[in-house]
Amino acid sequence: MGKAGGDSRALINEQGLRIDGRKLDELRPIKIEVGILKNADGSAYIEFGKNKIMAAVYGPKEVHPKHSALPDKSVLRCRYHMSPFSTEERKNPAPSRREIEISKVMREALEPALMLQDYPRTAIDVFVEVLQSDGGSRCAGISAAAVALADAGVNMRDLVAACAAGKVAEQVVLDVDDTEDKEGQADLPIAIMPNVNQVTLLQLDGQLTDEEFGKAFNWAIEGARKVYQLQRQALIGRYFAPEGNENS
Amino acid sequence: MSAVKKIIVIEQLKRNQMNELLARGTRLDGRGMLDTRPMTVTPNVIEKAEGSSRVLLGNTEVIAGVKVNVGTPFPDTPDKGLLVVSAEVLPLASPYAEPGPPDESTIELARVTDRGVRESGMIDVGKLVLVEGKHVYAVFVDVSILNADGNLFDAVSAAVVSALLTAKIPKYEVTAEGSITKTEEKIPLPIQTIPAAVTMAKIGDYILVDPDSEEEAVMDARITFVSDDRGNICAGQKGLGGTFSFEQVVFAASTAKLKGDQIREIIKQGVHSAV
Repeated sequence: MGKAGGDSRALINEQGLRIDGRKLDELRPIKIEVGILKNADGSAYIEFGKNKIMAAVYGPKEVHPKHSALPDKSVLRCRYHMSPFSTEERKNPAPSRREIEISKVMREALEPALMLQDYPRTAIDVFVEVLQSDGGSRCAGISAAAVALADAGVNMRDLVAACAAGKVAEQVVLDVDDTEDKEGQADLPIAIMPNVNQVTLLQLDGQLTDEEFGKAFNWAIEGARKVYQLQRQALIGRYFAPEGNENS
Repeated sequence: MSAVKKIIVIEQLKRNQMNELLARGTRLDGRGMLDTRPMTVTPNVIEKAEGSSRVLLGNTEVIAGVKVNVGTPFPDTPDKGLLVVSAEVLPLASPYAEPGPPDESTIELARVTDRGVRESGMIDVGKLVLVEGKHVYAVFVDVSILNADGNLFDAVSAAVVSALLTAKIPKYEVTAEGSITKTEEKIPLPIQTIPAAVTMAKIGDYILVDPDSEEEAVMDARITFVSDDRGNICAGQKGLGGTFSFEQVVFAASTAKLKGDQIREIIKQGVHSAV
């Protein structure tokens, strides 16, 4: 993340289009699939631009180590991990400080949507594996994990849908990709529970004025609402498809 | 190590008491919702460090030290110096702290502080280059938490910022043969702005600034915004398994700017008194 754009390539051209041809308020192409891993209790796969991310849920299940169990609710555990081949330069497979932080905020983004009190003395494990990363992987990962939790049949208040907005070449844009993240000015990833209008994740790096913050925040909310529609469609396709037309 | 362990029974009793007080617009220690605890900033407390600062925020006490050497820049930013912020909750800081590698809360604390300093552009890292792509200044800021009583984010941020503001680093020079030598001369860091972090807790539907450890033990969620002195918001982080409404987020961002100006003044005064 650098503030200094200082690049000969314009991130936004004269027609107001971005380097990949998107409009300022346009999302990258998104594809969500449900129930893609046989062993997991719930799973989902998301393609979000060039992001390719798998999410698996195991549980509610017995807690190991036992002393970490809670008497009144389930323990939610999350692991966000990037495959060594997911990036331009090989990523060391050991969890980085960045991945540890994202695992934490991801857990805190999903937790409000889950009825953890329905499963005392158990654990729910969420594994998010980034097979290919393209900027905005935490948002795509959270959106996939929420679908995987629904697929696992864990009781939920709402889905969690995530999207980022940011600032690139002095303009607010929706859904920052890898290049825009590295060469742009700000990145504001958020996650919401779209039916109860609550923010469950918010991070910001980069400079925004009050006005830009308000605009980026609203755009990110609208982006997340679009992601929510795709999450819903994916779940409906999986569980309510007509006979013989199963979408697996 | 997360500093305050939740004890469920006490938490519930305290929560009820707090909610009653919050409904009347006040808090256990008598503060209003948007009042911070007294903050004192004392720079230059460690002579061997290039810069240092001790910050008290209520009973929270932290100390930051700046050390500088020459390092190799990252391949993707050959024209920028290095700036690394890390934090440790020392075992002497709280009955619940234990020695060991930093846990996820401490990593989050260090990374959010780092983002505030970095993204505000406080240090002009472009001026910390000796030989592009090869040798740059590497500025390390390490923070030790000495006493944890809530809102480590703002205390750590103020300590890092004031330590950087007062740092005098050794000047390095490139010799004719292209090697690097350390000179006797001391120079200040290239400072561009003063960032200030403001953290708020959400308890029930109330937003309160600068939570102490009792408030942190019962809070549902936490949100931090960092502002610079040009009126920009430059970093943010929501924490814990609670939520914020859209209006609460916007309110928190504007409150952080307002309160950030006050914290900036305290930092400036502390730094001036030390010069």
